[in-house]
Amino acid sequence: MSTLLINISLVSFMLVIALMITFSHRLFAIIVMSGAYSLISAAMFVNLDAVDVAFTEAAVGAGFSTVLFLAAMAWLPAEEKRDKALVILPLIVCFAAGSLLMWAVAYLPALGDPSSVVHQHVAPRYLAESYDKLHIPNVVTTVLASYRGFDTLGETIVVFTAGLGVLLILTGKTGRVQNDKANNDIRDEDE
Amino acid sequence: MADLLLSHWNYFIVVLLMMIGLFIVISSMNLVKKLVGLSIFQTSVFLLYISLGKIESGTAPIIMKSGHDGHGNMDILYSNPLPHVLILTAIVVGVATTALGLALVLRIKASFNSIEEDEILNVKRAINSRSKSS
Repeated sequence: MSTLLINISLVSFMLVIALMITFSHRLFAIIVMSGAYSLISAAMFVNLDAVDVAFTEAAVGAGFSTVLFLAAMAWLPAEEKRDKALVILPLIVCFAAGSLLMWAVAYLPALGDPSSVVHQHVAPRYLAESYDKLHIPNVVTTVLASYRGFDTLGETIVVFTAGLGVLLILTGKTGRVQNDKANNDIRDEDE
Repeated sequence: MADLLLSHWNYFIVVLLMMIGLFIVISSMNLVKKLVGLSIFQTSVFLLYISLGKIESGTAPIIMKSGHDGHGNMDILYSNPLPHVLILTAIVVGVATTALGLALVLRIKASFNSIEEDEILNVKRAINSRSKSS
C-alpha cells in the first residue's frame, strides 16, 4: 500500500512538472525542470523495482542530457518568443489521441498483476535459469550482455553513429557559407 | 470505477504525460522546447514499460543466493527483468538522438540565425523566391 502511495505522489509530481514546462517560456528554466523530471522518474523506477534503469536514467537522462542542453544554450537565445504558439489544432490532436490511449490502457492488466501476459513468456526462464548458467546475480545484466547481446551491440553502433553525426554536423562546412550569404542578402534588403 | 483508477493510475498518468509531450512538440515553435517535449514523451514511454514489468510485492531482479536453492526454485518473487533491459537500451539511444537533435539546432541557428520554426520557414521562403527570380 505504501508503494502505491509513493507511486501515486511521484507520478503526480511528474505531471505537475510537465505542465510547468508547457507553460514556461524561459529555456533555462525548461531545461532544469526537464532534469528534475528525469530525476523524479528515476525515483519512480526504483519504486517499480527497476534499479538498473533508475541509475541509468539519473546519470544519463537527468545528468548528461541536461548538460548537453545547457552546453548548447551557450549559442542559443534564452527566451522563447511567445506570441505565436499554435494551440487549438494541437489540443484537438492530443485530446483525440489521448482519449483513444486512455480507452486502450483501461484494458491493460492492473499494476503489479503477476498473471499478466508480460510475465508469462521468456522472463520466468531468465529468472530461473540464468544464474545457474552464467553465475551473474543481476538478471538485467545477464539478459543485456548475454541473451540480448546482439541488441546491445546494435545499441553501441547507434550511439557511435550519433556521435559521428554530431561531429560531422558541427564541424562540416558544406552549405553554411551559401546560406549565410543568402541570409545576409535578405537582411540587407530588409534594412 | 475508483478501483480501476487506482489500479491503473500509472497508465493513465503515462498517457497524460505522453500527450503533454506531444502537445509541446506540435505547438511550440521553439526547437529546444520541442526537444524537451520529445524527451518528456520518451520518459513516459519508459514509465509505461517499467510499470508493465512490476509484480506486486516483488523485488528488483537480482538473484539472492539465500532464496535460491540451485535448482531454479525460488521463494523470492522478482519483477520482470525483460522490460528493464529494453528500456536501458532505449535511454541510451534516447540521449544519442537528443545530442543529434541539439547539433542540428546549433547548425540551424548558425545558418538561419533563429531557432523559431516560423522565422526559419520565412527565411527559407525568401531564399527560394530569390533563387527563382534570379
